[in-house]
Amino acid sequence: MKICITSQGDNLESLVDPRFGRCRYFVIVDTDTGGVEAMDNMNRDGMGGVGIRSGQMMAEKGIKAVLTGNVGPNAYQTLSAAGIEVVTGVSGTVKEVIEKYKSGGYKTSPGPSVDSHFGTQGNSPV
Amino acid sequence: MMISVASGKGGTGKTTVSTGLALSLDSPVQLIDCDVEEPNAHIFIKPEVEEKKPVHVMFPEIDGSRCNFCGKCQEVCAYNAVAVIPGNEKAGGKTLVFPELCHGCGACMYFCPQSAIKEAYREIGFIERGTFGANEFIHGKLNIGEAMAPPLIRAVKKLSGEGTVIIDAPPGTTCPVITSLYGSDFCILVTEPTPFGLNDLVLAVELLREMGIPFGVVINRSDMGDANTAEYCKSEGIPVLMEIPFDRKIAMSYSKGTPIVEDFPGYKKDFRDMYGKIKVMATR
Amino acid sequence: MRQLVIISGKGGTGKTVLTASLAAIARNKVMADCDVDAADLHLLLAPDIKQRDFFKSGKTAEVNKDICVNCGKCREVCRFDAINDDYVVDHVSCEGCGFCGLACPAGAIEMRENTTGEWFVSGTRMGPMVHAKLAVGEENSGKLVSLVRNKAKELAEKDGKDWVIIDGSPGIGCPVIASISGVNAALIVTEPTMSGLHDADRVVKVARHFNVPVRMVINKYDLNPEMAHDIEAYCRKNGIKISGKIGFDEKIVEAMVLGKTIMEYTENETTRTIKDIWRDLEDEIC
Repeated sequence: MKICITSQGDNLESLVDPRFGRCRYFVIVDTDTGGVEAMDNMNRDGMGGVGIRSGQMMAEKGIKAVLTGNVGPNAYQTLSAAGIEVVTGVSGTVKEVIEKYKSGGYKTSPGPSVDSHFGTQGNSPV
Repeated sequence: MMISVASGKGGTGKTTVSTGLALSLDSPVQLIDCDVEEPNAHIFIKPEVEEKKPVHVMFPEIDGSRCNFCGKCQEVCAYNAVAVIPGNEKAGGKTLVFPELCHGCGACMYFCPQSAIKEAYREIGFIERGTFGANEFIHGKLNIGEAMAPPLIRAVKKLSGEGTVIIDAPPGTTCPVITSLYGSDFCILVTEPTPFGLNDLVLAVELLREMGIPFGVVINRSDMGDANTAEYCKSEGIPVLMEIPFDRKIAMSYSKGTPIVEDFPGYKKDFRDMYGKIKVMATR
Repeated sequence: MRQLVIISGKGGTGKTVLTASLAAIARNKVMADCDVDAADLHLLLAPDIKQRDFFKSGKTAEVNKDICVNCGKCREVCRFDAINDDYVVDHVSCEGCGFCGLACPAGAIEMRENTTGEWFVSGTRMGPMVHAKLAVGEENSGKLVSLVRNKAKELAEKDGKDWVIIDGSPGIGCPVIASISGVNAALIVTEPTMSGLHDADRVVKVARHFNVPVRMVINKYDLNPEMAHDIEAYCRKNGIKISGKIGFDEKIVEAMVLGKTIMEYTENETTRTIKDIWRDLEDEIC
């Protein structure tokens, strides 16, 4: 099955990005084949509803679980509607997260972990 | 003629001036409080309320029986207010609407190939209309938790007539103020002669110049602060229409919700004189 | 790390003066000015800008008159009356929805991104400050406020600060909602007037709607002591703790004219009260 981890970089040693909608990269991992694909997040500078857009994209790509730091209310609603498992409070490297997920080390989140606009950063990093 | 009263900085005396002016002029006058987030004019005017009606904004409603999850609505929506979740082997598709992100442009409805979207409405606040003497009073109140004031302000302003209209605007310089000032023949900028007052007055002047509305300044608490505001008006050629010196008795009267011209009737002449000057400036 | 926002409902009650005064006493904090419509905190904190960038938000339609065939479709579909009969788009009315561009049969309309403001990270004599300026006449102040909030929080976390102290804006709309999101407490500054109480009540309701704990400060309370008592009764009735009552003090304006907070100008009843207010906040907010 395909899972997605929000990431600050495009490889397995990259650290998890604590934001969902506006993360830097979506790293998509096929836990059956071991295939890994890092997608540049083109949504991240959008004006609004970015969490919704990113959530909808997960559904379109057939992702079954999203692992990230935080998810806002609109993104959570979108992911739940698509039947996608949401895991928040995730940190470490992408590689560590994959291992922990495979060994059943994460619990599903019952709801959003932050309010709206958590990830708004402007056009350039601090 | 539509005269708006604005400021830039909050708490400079907009409501004092707008209600004072409305109570000094010959009837009939229409006083419209456009500060729908925190309306105060009614506290001073104490109108006889005759009508109260809710105000709604539009959002799209999806007809599940017609929607085939083609995603066109999502494609045309600039605000991500609609998300189409494709169906899979486990569950059918879903189309989610996020009404608070919707700007009511109507594009989704227009482009839906299945005619599966229609207009639905949700309440954002209400309008009250009433009278005071032979004058009319109108204000709007935004519901708690609603983020956007302009749609309610537009609904309130739609009720303005052709006679003498006085608009009490909210503080600031962005969209709620612009919506309130739109279509004014003249704007009175109320300020206080302090560094904060001047900083925000300059922003308000920039806005009015961009909107092309003639304006003048009222300096409230005119004997507190510094001389920079008067200097600024002089160097910019901005007419100072009226000055109200600080008086603890005026502050006390205001705190009780008494209009300034009721406890200090001498100011009626100042307001009438100001109106005379405005009539000349607005028609130039 | 705790976050405190200072709001009021009604404008002009003294938010910015109090925020700057608390900045003069509080140690180890980041300041944030979220009154992006009419920012004033910089007048007392004299920021030295270290980092700045433009804030882009929303789009405005532009009709290319060379391609336009004058069919009027754009004017027909625009719900905001933003296109006039010369096919010129009014930047102020245009909401950037793009409907006109999609409906135009000639492909004559382009959506241009708006640069609606600027944000800054600065140093001040009282520590770092994040602030912003929304261009006059623009919208999306809520998003710019969120940006200031996020940058301030990030800076505070990176540098191990104990507090983010946020100067809010008047009203109850999206800039205020964005400035109270996720704070540990909202301090409401009110004045002893009917308008002050009416407006404070509305902003209390907004804060509670978003599950933000509130405390109250009554400013200029001696201008109407009776009204101040009414506010105290209101607070008791609604379970709101009063952090302090500040008397009307002309020295506040005297200090402001010199670009100073009252804490740096003199020592009197006012400065003692403000110190007590900060002590209350430090001890009580969690």
